Amino acid sequence: MPAVCFYFQVHQPYRLRHYTFFDIGGSPFYEDVQANCDIMLKVARKCYLPMNALLLECIRKYEGRFRIAFSLSGTVLDQFEEYAPEVLESFQALAATGCVEMLDETYGHSLSFLYSRESFRTQVAEHRARIKSLFGQEPRVFRNTELIYNNALAKEIENLGYDALLAEGADHVMGWRSPNYVYRPQGCSRIALLLKNYALSDDIAFRFSNHDWPEYPLTAEKFAHWVHAMNGSGESINLFMDYETFGEHQWEHSGIFEFMAALPEYILQNPDFCFKTPSEVIASKEVRGTLDVPNFMSWADAERDLTAWLGNDMQKDAIHALYACQDKVLALNDAGMTRTWERLQTSDHFYYMCTKWFADGDVHKYFNAYGSPYDAYINFMNVLADFTLRLDALYAAQQATAATTIQA
Amino acid sequence: MRVLMFGWEFPPHISGGLGTACHGMTQALARQGVDIVFLVPSLKGDGKGMDAHLSLRSASGTKVRRSTARTIETLNEELWQRRIQVQHVDSLLFAYATQQSYALREQAVREMRQHTQRCTVPHEEEQTLTLRGDYGADLLQEVQCYGQAGAALALQEQAGRGFDVIHAHDWMTYPAGMLAKKLTGKPLVVHVHATEYDRSGENINPDVAAIERAGMLAADVVMVVSHLTRSLVVQRYNVPPEKVVVVHNAVSRHDARQRYDVPPLCHKEKRVLFMGRVTFQKGPEYFVEAAAEVLRRMPNVRFIMAGSGDMLPRMVRRAGQLRIGNRLHFPGFMRGAEVDRMYAMSDLYVMPSVSEPFGIAPLEAVLYDVPVMLSYQSGVAEVLHNALKVNFWDTHEMASKICAVLSYPKLAAAMVKNCREELKTITWDKAAAHIRAAYARVCHAGG
Repeated sequence: MPAVCFYFQVHQPYRLRHYTFFDIGGSPFYEDVQANCDIMLKVARKCYLPMNALLLECIRKYEGRFRIAFSLSGTVLDQFEEYAPEVLESFQALAATGCVEMLDETYGHSLSFLYSRESFRTQVAEHRARIKSLFGQEPRVFRNTELIYNNALAKEIENLGYDALLAEGADHVMGWRSPNYVYRPQGCSRIALLLKNYALSDDIAFRFSNHDWPEYPLTAEKFAHWVHAMNGSGESINLFMDYETFGEHQWEHSGIFEFMAALPEYILQNPDFCFKTPSEVIASKEVRGTLDVPNFMSWADAERDLTAWLGNDMQKDAIHALYACQDKVLALNDAGMTRTWERLQTSDHFYYMCTKWFADGDVHKYFNAYGSPYDAYINFMNVLADFTLRLDALYAAQQATAATTIQA
Repeated sequence: MRVLMFGWEFPPHISGGLGTACHGMTQALARQGVDIVFLVPSLKGDGKGMDAHLSLRSASGTKVRRSTARTIETLNEELWQRRIQVQHVDSLLFAYATQQSYALREQAVREMRQHTQRCTVPHEEEQTLTLRGDYGADLLQEVQCYGQAGAALALQEQAGRGFDVIHAHDWMTYPAGMLAKKLTGKPLVVHVHATEYDRSGENINPDVAAIERAGMLAADVVMVVSHLTRSLVVQRYNVPPEKVVVVHNAVSRHDARQRYDVPPLCHKEKRVLFMGRVTFQKGPEYFVEAAAEVLRRMPNVRFIMAGSGDMLPRMVRRAGQLRIGNRLHFPGFMRGAEVDRMYAMSDLYVMPSVSEPFGIAPLEAVLYDVPVMLSYQSGVAEVLHNALKVNFWDTHEMASKICAVLSYPKLAAAMVKNCREELKTITWDKAAAHIRAAYARVCHAGG
């Protein structure tokens, strides 16, 4: 009995305000509160609230047969609380149905796994605690920022006690193999791996309203037909996508909401098919093979690699400078400074600095508040310069106090 | 394809970007097999040693036969009085003037009026036209004189080898283009490198604007150097949009690029360069204000304002007032190797133009691996995506970004690297291909 496994990524970064060189040393306020609030309210109105209501209705209508999973970044949870508490309540209502699984990720939606194992573990623990307190769930499944994945990540996640993790079913990794089965990461003994069926996922997330696409318009019936065609050649069709697909990337008038409202019925018309959350998939399906991914992959751009965040020297320079602050941040152990440092780690800041204009430039531009990657880098580096100055000053003060205490 | 081209500047006799652009463009067209007869106001030397496809002619020294002169004179009068509607040819006109310089020039013009009119027809079989070929006080007279020379050349060429298109660069040559079109019936392309609104903002010289408008309306194709200029031409001059073609300028690669070293004593300093005419259009005052703000934060920076123009004295005074004279230098107008050396020694090139139809200089800076900052109000920003961009009036932002470029070496390196790649796609050959396509269209349309 093949399962359809939906996972939606919910994330908003804390966007930085326009922070000039002359603000360095003068202002500790980095966030564009107005823009963050405006965007949160806009996306809540266009996507989060209507889509949550739609999914809640589907769950009630199909009495437990329609099931989904979410991963909410720590930064989006913070912004719900600050700007749109009603959205948080609607997610809690979904979680309370018992048909919705919450996944874990890094608190700051960060690239910390690549640069600091210590910060990575801290952020995963923070996220875990937050999900438990908000939704009463202890996540069993992990997804890393932007589905960045390799063997080492799988090992780390297995050691942290999770049952499964998610990754991109990228062609260059899969080869002839199908993403529609449960795999075991190379070097792991217990943890399972679910892979995104990017063809079907992107039909919804990217191509849905594309008039040049030969399959346009995509109907729930047609999509269900494609899913049903996997019968016999797959056990779990994993549809992973940004939650903002609904109403924000694909606008309401494209019919995306009607599509999703109608989809469960068409999928379930074939009695062989059901919906499952990631934990339910791995509980019911056997591991069919081992997947060896020595190099990092992700779900971004055509390359499915790290170059969207770490493709040029500006990005590398910025992130190296950021993680160079780690020792002092940890030694200082100041809640405010640590929080700021984590929010600066959000992957979006580095995505804005991407200079890959040509093939994927359009998508990058859509998400970019800056005029150019250079502007993004300048702004980030100005903020980071100020943060470093403050960090150094606080750290020096702490050291001085410690020295005085010892002398006394 | 044979083209009769009218231009006011051609290297080595250059005042600004116009000559550079005409040179790059004609070289590329000639490479692609287009024959060009290029008329300049006056020629130093004989114009020999050019490409086989490109011959330079001088308007000054043109001999016009009496009968021909009469025909031209009649047409000319009609053109200026009916179509351009400029009555006083010896008016106080200067291409890049402001109010201050106006008074000074008034004197010069008064003296000049006492001289004989150089373009009238004397009672001889043949008359010889004389032009100085600069932007002097009697520019409008020169322009008219050039127009007559252009008309004479057009008739001569038509009787000789013949030609297919007339191509006139900027307003000084539009009357020549219009006359030539009237006399020969050949299609006219006017090339807008700049408009009076770019040069003077709202305080335009109405005579110049009138010539520009007449030229653009008479033309079969109005070629502009950027989308910025396209919208200006459509809005301010009411040119039908379908007649306007955008051809971005490019830069000619220098073959032998010399390396210039920065003196060891200056190694710890950073240099920020402004290079261009010090006039309203180029926004020099914004550069000075930004420099002052940068210096308050980063004292170890040198600013260089290379160039001359009517706003230079004001800029020097302002630098003194801001007490930054020891950090802001005015080396004056530069040419040739000095320009190259200046670029090569700079850590950042800033072009804060108020209204720049294109602006080739930033592309030259890129040739020397210098990162570039442009105002959004410049056409070159349309092709140079890997430059930093600011609004010319936002000196605070300009200063902030100057500091950023000088403080974050990876930023400058990334900009230089990507600009260098981008420059490979900005070529005169590409521009010439667009121009040829436009020629082909008008010739075809004309029968």
